[in-house]
Amino acid sequence: MDFAFMRDTFLTLMGGVPLTLNLAFMSVALGAILAMLLALMRMSRVKVLDWPAQAYVFVFRGTPLLVQIFLIYYGLGQFRPTLQEWGLWTFFREPYWCAVLALTLNTAAYASEIMRGGLQSVPHNQVEAARACGMSGFLLFRRIVFPIAVRQALPAYGSEIILMVKATSLASIITMMEVTGLAAKLISQTFRAVEVFIVAGLIYLILNFIITRIIMAIEWWLSPHLRRPPAIEPRLEAAHV
Amino acid sequence: MSNGVASLSTQPAFSDAAAAVSVDNLRKSFGSLEVLKGVSLSAKEGDVISILGASGSGKSTMLRCINMLEVPDSGEIRIGGETIGLRKSRKGMEPADQRQVDRIRSRVAMVFQSFNLWSHMTILENVIEAPVHVQKRPKAECIAEAEELLKKVGIVDKRNQYPSHLSGGQQQRAAIARALAMHPKVMLFDEPTSALDPELVGEVLRVMRSLAEEGRTMLVVTHEMGFARDVSNRVVFLHKGVVEEEGAPAEVFGAPKSERFKQFISSHR
Repeated sequence: MDFAFMRDTFLTLMGGVPLTLNLAFMSVALGAILAMLLALMRMSRVKVLDWPAQAYVFVFRGTPLLVQIFLIYYGLGQFRPTLQEWGLWTFFREPYWCAVLALTLNTAAYASEIMRGGLQSVPHNQVEAARACGMSGFLLFRRIVFPIAVRQALPAYGSEIILMVKATSLASIITMMEVTGLAAKLISQTFRAVEVFIVAGLIYLILNFIITRIIMAIEWWLSPHLRRPPAIEPRLEAAHV
Repeated sequence: MSNGVASLSTQPAFSDAAAAVSVDNLRKSFGSLEVLKGVSLSAKEGDVISILGASGSGKSTMLRCINMLEVPDSGEIRIGGETIGLRKSRKGMEPADQRQVDRIRSRVAMVFQSFNLWSHMTILENVIEAPVHVQKRPKAECIAEAEELLKKVGIVDKRNQYPSHLSGGQQQRAAIARALAMHPKVMLFDEPTSALDPELVGEVLRVMRSLAEEGRTMLVVTHEMGFARDVSNRVVFLHKGVVEEEGAPAEVFGAPKSERFKQFISSHR
């Protein structure tokens, strides 16, 4: 193996990391908002809200992300006159925004199910205690339901974030020069696919290692109640019995 | 008042304006099962009322109706002279004004059988949560008061721990502190010792007894005959959704009028 070449490749591909992270961050952030909306629609027990949300999840979870990207970037290009009329063409002609949109719509479908699971796992008796204290509506959601749901959903949501980092590689198909895009370009110049892809894979591995650590840290910080209690000062312990 | 007379479901309203809580002709069904068949009850300020009954007699449902955790099908509930407004909806009755319900709930504290502390908050955070976020009192003041309350129930050293780190008895005492922090006019206890190991029951009952001695208005659904007899000033026995027996503890335990209450006492010795 040509390590000098791999080092150069590494430096070249690192140039794609900002875009990879940008795409991942944008789609996860926007997707989370949409996912929360979808999860609440599904839990509303109102048919006209629940049903569209279910259909949405079915469609976006049931079709490949690659197909969704193609349909948004190339498919919507067919309706250019209409999109221009609506003033949306400046958005849809940019591969960046098409990639962000496709990734957002896709992750929202998965994330909404994760959030729904988290919200449903909130113990009813803790919600009841909050109601009995005079909490309702948004206050109840913000102070009790959401914090408990987040703690339940975080492990699953962490893997969704990692999946999204990897999914950004599909944006290379629509000319985005993120890590995989740069790798593909380099291969077409050098014809050294193995070395380039090993380096590309390594970069994703490093990114996801860091992200995993961050999520673990957040989990640790949010769950002192699941750890062993700190040792109690014996003096205080003896004070009451 | 109706002490000593077993009030039947058909008895007319006996609510009076001075009552801290009054419940009048309460009815509630779950599906085809009628759990409350016209229950009336009234507590003056400082009353400690023990509500007894076999499981399924409707005692917990009645208590939960007082702060609208269950919405009654009919009847009237008055807290400190204020009637809780109800209206018909497609799914049955519902509170007419959620803000009124929230306001009343913040004055009617409830202690649950399974404590229901918020698992993601420390004991101190549990206690100050409603005062700070519902009653909008200054946080520093709430913390100082919470520490006093935790001292009173004997777990101030646990204030920075989480509910999962405490024993059942300690959790229930924390839940009582949480209830007290709202400066409630009335306290509702829903079988507060039923989920506890026998050796932990005493510590919770001691706290409840001290509250009764302070003159707090308490409605206590319980199976603790000792508490009913010694601490409460009135006992209400529910059977199949109606009040079967009611009166001062000495009267009802000394000379029960209802056959079912006799049986109930003898089975709980």
